[in-house]
Amino acid sequence: MDKEMPEVFVLSLPSKLGHEKVAMNTAASVARLMGFSEPRIEDLKTAVAEACINSIEHGNRMDASLKVGVILSMTATTLEVRVCDQGSGPRRETPQPDIDSKMDGAETPRGMGMFLIQALMDEVEWISSPQTGSCARLVIHLNKPKGN
Amino acid sequence: MQDRTTRVRVSETAAPSGKPITALRFSGDITSASKEAVLGTYRGLPPEVKRIVLDLSKVEYINSSGIALIIQVLMQARNHGRSVQTFGLSDHFKKVFTMVGMTKYTELHADELSACAAFAE
Repeated sequence: MDKEMPEVFVLSLPSKLGHEKVAMNTAASVARLMGFSEPRIEDLKTAVAEACINSIEHGNRMDASLKVGVILSMTATTLEVRVCDQGSGPRRETPQPDIDSKMDGAETPRGMGMFLIQALMDEVEWISSPQTGSCARLVIHLNKPKGN
Repeated sequence: MQDRTTRVRVSETAAPSGKPITALRFSGDITSASKEAVLGTYRGLPPEVKRIVLDLSKVEYINSSGIALIIQVLMQARNHGRSVQTFGLSDHFKKVFTMVGMTKYTELHADELSACAAFAE
């Protein structure tokens, strides 16, 4: 594999819940090809699925005519996944879920997707562009286990 | 494409002490489409149920919306004075459940035997 030129895979998903599994499984296949460990692949699967769900639900507001773009770029040691939608991006940072507040009903039981993405990936960036849409950029590195 | 259907089977088992335990055995996916399967099944339990085990050993995919439904089960169980033990999660989802703090409200066990044995008398 050429270190300078990433190999790129591109998916375009209709904004329907359930379709995130196509991106999740494609990302897992690419990560397996690169030699990532199974625990890291499980981290990636959850992060990619959650990023796609955010794009479907919040970015594209469940409009099936809008696409979620998923771009996977692999180099010898790094896999970058960009998940792009037509929305304006997240409005704020998502704090760590407060399970006590959720159990008391003071906080919605949902709203954990962005937290999980940040907790499971080596690098995460939210790129907002009102004109062209928004992207979540997720990165994992080989030989850099996180939380395993 | 649709999410795989969430299937749930309710069965009765017992703690080593002989006290009755109700098992909710899930399979398929647990996602935002699983509300009726998860919460509807919980709400259908008879009031005398005091001990519940969640069997997630045959669940193929859980996302954050599915985890939120499990949190709602834990919340309602606490409000009803019920104790919940969980078993059958993969190592990855044990990590995820721990990250979001769910282990404060349900213990995660490797198998059904240890889950049933964990209920206080």
